[in-house]
Amino acid sequence: MNRFEWTSAGAVAAAARLGPVTVAEAMATQSGAPGTAATVLKAGGIDLLDLMKEGLLTPRRIVNLRGIPELGRILEGADGSLRIGSLVTLAQIAEHPLVARRYRALAQAAGLPASPQIRNVATIGGNLLQRPHCWYFRSLHHHCLRKGGATCFAFSGENRYHAVFAHEGCAMVHPSTTAPALVALGARIELLRRDGSRRMVALESLFLTPEEDIRRENDLKPGEILAAIILPPMKPGVRSWYERQGEQDSFDWPVAEVAVVVKLDSPGICREAAVILGAAAPVPYRAKAAESALIGKPSSAGNARDAARAAVAGADPLSGNGYKLPVFEALVARAILHAANQG
Amino acid sequence: MAGNELRPMQYPVGIDPAALGEVERRVSPDEAPPLPPNARLAWIGKAVPRANGHAKVTGSALFTVDRKLPGMLHARLLRSPWPHARVLSLDLDAAARYPGVRAALPIHETVGRAVPLPPPGTSPSTPPARQVLYVGDIVAGVAAATPSAAEAALRLVHVEYQPLPFVADIEGARSGDAPHVFDGPVAGDSHAGGAGGDVPIAQQGNVRGPDRSGSRGNVREGFAQAEIVVEGEFRTQVQTHCCLETHAVVADWEADQLTVYMSTQYTVGVRDELARVFGLPLSRVRVVVDAMGGGFGSKSGAGNYVRAAVALSRQAKAPVRLVLDRREEQLDSGNRPATVQRVRVGARRDGSLSAVSVDSYGTAGVGIGAGVGNFAQSIYSCANFAIAQSDVFINAGPGSAMRGPGNTPGAFAFEQIIDELAERLAIDPLALRDRIDPSAVRRAERRIGAAHSGWSRRHAPGSDAGPVKRGRGVAQSFWGANVQTNSACEVRILRDGSVELLSSVQDIGTGIGTVLAQVVAEELGLRPGDIVVRIGDTDFPAGPPSYGSMTTASITPPARNASHQVLGKLFDAVASALGAAPENLVAVAGRIATADKSRSMSFREAATHLRTERISAVASRSDDYGGFARRFGDLASARNALGGVQFAEVSVDVHTGSVHVERIVAVHDCGRPMNPRQIESQVQGGVLMGLSYALYEERVLDRNTGHVLNADLEYYKIGRSRDVPEIEVIFLENYQGMSATDAYGIAEPANIATAPAIANAVYNAIGVRVRELPMTPAKILSALGRIPQRSGGQ
Ligand SMILES: Cc1cc2nc3c(=O)[nH]c(=O)nc-3n(C[C@H](O)[C@H](O)[C@H](O)COP(=O)(O)OP(=O)(O)OC[C@H]3O[C@@H](n4cnc5c(N)ncnc54)[C@H](O)[C@@H]3O)c2cc1C
Ligand code: SF4
Repeated sequence: MNRFEWTSAGAVAAAARLGPVTVAEAMATQSGAPGTAATVLKAGGIDLLDLMKEGLLTPRRIVNLRGIPELGRILEGADGSLRIGSLVTLAQIAEHPLVARRYRALAQAAGLPASPQIRNVATIGGNLLQRPHCWYFRSLHHHCLRKGGATCFAFSGENRYHAVFAHEGCAMVHPSTTAPALVALGARIELLRRDGSRRMVALESLFLTPEEDIRRENDLKPGEILAAIILPPMKPGVRSWYERQGEQDSFDWPVAEVAVVVKLDSPGICREAAVILGAAAPVPYRAKAAESALIGKPSSAGNARDAARAAVAGADPLSGNGYKLPVFEALVARAILHAANQG
Repeated sequence: MAGNELRPMQYPVGIDPAALGEVERRVSPDEAPPLPPNARLAWIGKAVPRANGHAKVTGSALFTVDRKLPGMLHARLLRSPWPHARVLSLDLDAAARYPGVRAALPIHETVGRAVPLPPPGTSPSTPPARQVLYVGDIVAGVAAATPSAAEAALRLVHVEYQPLPFVADIEGARSGDAPHVFDGPVAGDSHAGGAGGDVPIAQQGNVRGPDRSGSRGNVREGFAQAEIVVEGEFRTQVQTHCCLETHAVVADWEADQLTVYMSTQYTVGVRDELARVFGLPLSRVRVVVDAMGGGFGSKSGAGNYVRAAVALSRQAKAPVRLVLDRREEQLDSGNRPATVQRVRVGARRDGSLSAVSVDSYGTAGVGIGAGVGNFAQSIYSCANFAIAQSDVFINAGPGSAMRGPGNTPGAFAFEQIIDELAERLAIDPLALRDRIDPSAVRRAERRIGAAHSGWSRRHAPGSDAGPVKRGRGVAQSFWGANVQTNSACEVRILRDGSVELLSSVQDIGTGIGTVLAQVVAEELGLRPGDIVVRIGDTDFPAGPPSYGSMTTASITPPARNASHQVLGKLFDAVASALGAAPENLVAVAGRIATADKSRSMSFREAATHLRTERISAVASRSDDYGGFARRFGDLASARNALGGVQFAEVSVDVHTGSVHVERIVAVHDCGRPMNPRQIESQVQGGVLMGLSYALYEERVLDRNTGHVLNADLEYYKIGRSRDVPEIEVIFLENYQGMSATDAYGIAEPANIATAPAIANAVYNAIGVRVRELPMTPAKILSALGRIPQRSGGQ
């Protein structure tokens, strides 16, 4: 690991003034040797330090956000919305009673990644903004497209954990487990700019496909700080569920995951649906065909199966990851039924 | 002391308690008298807590990584980023000048891998052009005052590589037009435990073999006699050792002495190796290990990194610490080779086997010995057996011995074929084994395991309704009961009544130190806590290695004999004070007493009668009383091999392909069990390692770039907390009257049966056989035919 300066920011504005750039910017170079001039932000530091230990990121200065109290709170809005500060840890979210009651899929998603130790440190902001875990991306010896290199190694290489959808140019899967749940629940995010102004966007629109920009997973602008995630008030009849399957049950990444949100009316007909797949594509992947298959239909095992089939119908698996399709299909069907059958 | 004539003695034999009898052995008068069964002993066979357990859990145990010597330097190794390249030049000047750097050397050590045989007509001393053969191959080393200076200096080493064509997958390497890993024929030790080794074997391109040794009878006739033939092709992956403590050494080269502190499974072996390599007399090399965090076969010898550390220390004239990081550990500290095995079994309707053939090829990277051991050859009765094993070289780090080398992948294939045969014959897998397995011990183990595991509730394959299907499977273990006869220890009694045991034997985490204290305490009538056990140092009498499941079998008999002999000296010293002949004295409950207990004194008081400050006896491992089955130099195999039978209960979700192991019942034998608590822990460890091999672990090598893609513990998946099933460990007391303790090993058998037991249970759950490891969701879904064919797209 290289030598670096360490600054602890006490307030968001102070952090913004230090001129941080995104880690994607700090990493992307033509030569393959990471630059050493950047100032970057650290939340829990799990991903940041991983990149530094591998020699993939060599920043000049690290700005620690952990000492900013306003980013570490969960607040209920008067309208029934919920504001989750970007530094709230995954463990805190998983254990929060209101989250568990209203936004079940998020509580489930936040309670499963990695291990308890990691969840006690990992923040929701860092989780959404962490860099991909494609093993070529994480290798100093593979200067791939996403790092500014000339090739993607995954298509003709070892791609068992890679994307089965929308992988034009780069087949990494978006690493965040909380993202599918948050997108399904209609979360918005609040970003603070260097000049002190704020911008609010739907979380879903933050993520960039490789075609939009192969070097960045999201549209965070240099100097922008993610302040909070805002969950909308839950309408009556809305319920959610998250399912995941890894190769192991602890300290592992999912090979497939899905968050489902449905709004059922009183006879039990589905009026709104969100089906978002994780570990599926370079962005949290909305399975539109599955959503349309659900809407207007009563919840039943048969309808859930149809929707699940629709969810994987357009998939384009690589040489080594076709197995993900039956897994997705099973998880989507299960998540729909679990969501619908909640009280 | 009495003369050397052998005396007849009566020893307990049989499986306790069901079948205990007696056997007469003629033994030397130096041997301690026959030991009764465990039930009648004070310490041997009792669950004595691990002596250094407290130190380990509180962090005070001294591991090699904790060693700090005055003036100690820190070394780092430069490793090849290329899978195959010629080193055109290597410039260490800038690195050597970096502030704090005290030594910088090119490193070209090649132990553990195959080495080219000199072409006929050339002198063997022609130095070969330096080539690196895999990503992670060592090129240079530096030692500096701080780890960061060493790291920084490493970046200044300038190497000019000329990349060469390489091959990183086993199928590719077998094809005719594959780049050659080696230019010509090679030889080398078969570290990984398979076929090959030093025997001259034909080599064609990257394929060295086949080696047919071990074949017997006539398989053609055998198959002609068969009424049923089952066959299948099985594949196993590369598994890495994943020692929690990575390979670590502190080498201290002084004017008249080389001292090496090292995480090793064999202190004496390392000493001998270093003395040879550095041209030093054995008396000037000392190897020391205290606490150790796992080896599993990968820390058997000095290896390249220790040689590098010693060379750096010699140059720097200072102690040098070298600790591999996790990436180096995964790339270049050995591994269990991958195998592809075609297994064919012919049987008659009654189940008896008429022919067995095994055709295997495997890869130990640039190493030799990717065979499948002697499992199929030895476990069941069959007159006709043919084996052909080949090594396929690829540009990857060399394999090495790993817990049950050869037999672990071998059992995965063979125990599945036997399961399949049972099904084809429509007989229970246990009943089939009763028919073909000559081992009485395994027969007893099957019976016990069947009762404990609820075997009778096993249903027909794939018969559960619903997506989550449960299944039960069984598999057996076969492993030689190994003994090293070059294995000694000393027991001392000091005038204040304290007692010491000394041996170079090392405790690699199995708890041999505790067992030795039990043995000495039993013999001297003391408590294990009274015995000071000094081990892991070659300044003490040479003990055995801790591999091959031979440590307990090799060192506990001399420990007991040395105790017996030194006690005889104590008896001589106190006989007159107690008014009895020495041969009429006994040591019990902390006292030395006359046989009728009429007169006694405390052990402590007895020691004050010693004429000298301390007395001592050194004993070494005698031959097994009933003789050995085989011996090669210091190494011998006992007449009866080790058994072991494991029962697995799994559930498989056929929609997601995920497998959960719910329960393993592991029934094992190790001669006389010395410490049930530690045996249980060994068996649990073996089961977990086997489970992890069955379901998760796999080194992923990128065939396009030759890099290991998961040289970490994130994507190299090893069983973790929630993957642990309920493990029930049962072991037999199997008395054979073979040595002063009658103890044998347990470590490897505990690992061999697990993967096939799980595979057979998976078959029983889903009705489809999974013939490839690890049994990930992808493999399960593929076996079930649930993966859709790819439509288009690359
Ligand atoms: C074995 C293992 C398994 C894992 N499994 C999973 C899994 O299943 N699912 C999953 O989702 N994750 C998983 N993770 C990843 C882990 O959850 C993330 O690394 C963690 O959530 C990152 O959070 P952090 O707070 O530590 O982020 P940091 O490392 O501190 O930051 C991550 C990135 O976000 C930026 N950043 C952080 N906060 C802000 C902010 N407020 N504003 C602007 N930029 C910011 C940083 O600059 C950095 O680029 C796993 C990790 C490991 C080691
Ligand atoms: S999938 Fe994306 S991140 Fe991975 S190697 Fe290809 S371009 Fe790089």
